Amino acid sequence: MKSDPGLYDFWPYRDRPRIAWPNGARVAFWVAPNIEFYELDPPSNPQRQPWARPYPDVMSYSHRDYGNRVGHYRMMEAMDRCGVRGSVSLSVAMCQHHPELIRDGVDRGWEFFSHGIYNTRYSYGMDEAQERAIIEDSIRTVREATGQTIAGWLAPALTHTERTMDLLADYGILYTCDLFQDDQPQPVKVAKGRLISMPYSLEINDVIAYGTCCATPRAYGDMIRRQFDTLYEEGAESGTVMCIPLHAYLVGHPHRIGPFEEALRYITSHEGVWVTTAREIAEHYYAHCYDAALADIARRQRSAA
Amino acid sequence: MSLPDDYLRYPHRRHGMDQDWYAWRPHFSMPARAWPNGARMAVWICTSLEFFPLNPVGKPFKAPGSMVTAYPDLRHFTTRDYGNRVGAYRLLRLFDDFGLRTSFAVNSAVAARYPQLIADLRQDGHEVIAHGVDMDRLHHGGLDEAAEGALVDECLATLREAGAGEVRGWLSPARCESPRTTALLAARGLDYFCDFVNDELPYEFDTGAGTLLAMPHSHELSDRQILVDYRHSEAEYAEQVRDQFTRLLAESEDHGRRILSLPLTPYIVGLPFRFGVLRELLRGLASQPGVWFASGGELAAAWRAPPAAVADR
Repeated sequence: MKSDPGLYDFWPYRDRPRIAWPNGARVAFWVAPNIEFYELDPPSNPQRQPWARPYPDVMSYSHRDYGNRVGHYRMMEAMDRCGVRGSVSLSVAMCQHHPELIRDGVDRGWEFFSHGIYNTRYSYGMDEAQERAIIEDSIRTVREATGQTIAGWLAPALTHTERTMDLLADYGILYTCDLFQDDQPQPVKVAKGRLISMPYSLEINDVIAYGTCCATPRAYGDMIRRQFDTLYEEGAESGTVMCIPLHAYLVGHPHRIGPFEEALRYITSHEGVWVTTAREIAEHYYAHCYDAALADIARRQRSAA
Repeated sequence: MSLPDDYLRYPHRRHGMDQDWYAWRPHFSMPARAWPNGARMAVWICTSLEFFPLNPVGKPFKAPGSMVTAYPDLRHFTTRDYGNRVGAYRLLRLFDDFGLRTSFAVNSAVAARYPQLIADLRQDGHEVIAHGVDMDRLHHGGLDEAAEGALVDECLATLREAGAGEVRGWLSPARCESPRTTALLAARGLDYFCDFVNDELPYEFDTGAGTLLAMPHSHELSDRQILVDYRHSEAEYAEQVRDQFTRLLAESEDHGRRILSLPLTPYIVGLPFRFGVLRELLRGLASQPGVWFASGGELAAAWRAPPAAVADR
């Protein structure tokens, strides 16, 4: 085990090469619905148990199921009304379990990237062949269901191995949402090929906001607005990224969706906001920012040495 | 530490669910129908009457609300018991003031200890839902079938002896089930249960030994979740319930009947400093036109009745 993952260099948030988003936008804004399937009785992983209670943990299992069964549709329609396409963090087995829901996203021009096969299958302890298998399964499954080639990755339940990032780059995946070190995309150090970290945010994630921080629906809306205000202000100097990661089993409740939609509308009603998808941010970044970022990081490393 | 190859086998990767209890049903695909009396909105208040023993075993875990300190934990025992002495009577009076018919999910230990409480709530026309024996007798896989069946039998027999009425519904203590719980309930002829939180409308649940109606007993909107676990203020609690009602009412215009499920806990929302907020909240709901305050049993029966006319739009 290492003391540092070694995935990026220190690169202070000052005097970086300027990021220019399309049409002079200050903030690239994307929304990441996590569309997940949690199995009632998955095989055991010695490093993490799926449920807090003994089998069958019907309360937690059914709470997750609420997201796909009920909450998803409220979340999707709120996004429709604000003109926001989702960039879906997808348990790809959803393509088999609930293809109707996937087609709704395809019809809306949503992006789908992989969040593993199930959110109850953890990467801890996987050997290279197993980790390659879930990447290959993800690419194949999403392509068959949507026609899209996945561009991004958020590890299932945020479980990783030391080789995860190298393997993503090896399969040509453009971005990872697993790293939270910054509010701008940046190159990730991989064995070969290229990979960038895509700002995703744990703090603005509804699971953390509602669950860990016990935010009321309106408090969550306020958090979203304040997060945006700061990134919008800073984005006048150099483009920033704001992501709202969502889970329909939380945000999709009747008492929460209204204040959330108001916060979403607050953002999308500003001038200078690029309302987009993670793939489009990544493609723009590779085309216009990646080389300059690499060169600047290398220059700073040399001058620090 | 490596994983066996079958960690990547997915035997239930198929259309629908990964178990056979119920079908996949996208919520907004349901046909728009009214409740039998023409109402679009039903409000289902369900008050839990719980007994927390002073000497809990805590298997397989301590239910929320259990004793906390070293024995004897008089502070938590009496705090919980307050609910069955004072809080419950405050609620009964409030329901009576507004003429509301509701459900009470009752541990049979409460009925055995306080039969007067059962008589009083039945006198007011409320329904009793079986809620297990007590909050330390959880249903879990560590019990064999005979032991778990005996818990269900003890609960139902005690409630019925105490004059609880027919008793058609079930809520497991702490919503904790064994793999056999629902089949044991169906085998005893119960109509519905309230443990699953995956829907806002009833649905048919195949226990393997008969069908139960799964009723939408809310977790996220409960006073316990919002006031105790999330530590939101009383005003924020009432605001969330009102927001829930407003959103469901709006959806019912296009989608037909909806249920606002409002679980109450007498030792939580029945405290004096919270009670005024609850009173105003219920006053507001009761003043809405066309809202049906119903018990779980009434909702279950209505759901299973032949479809009513499409909701007026």
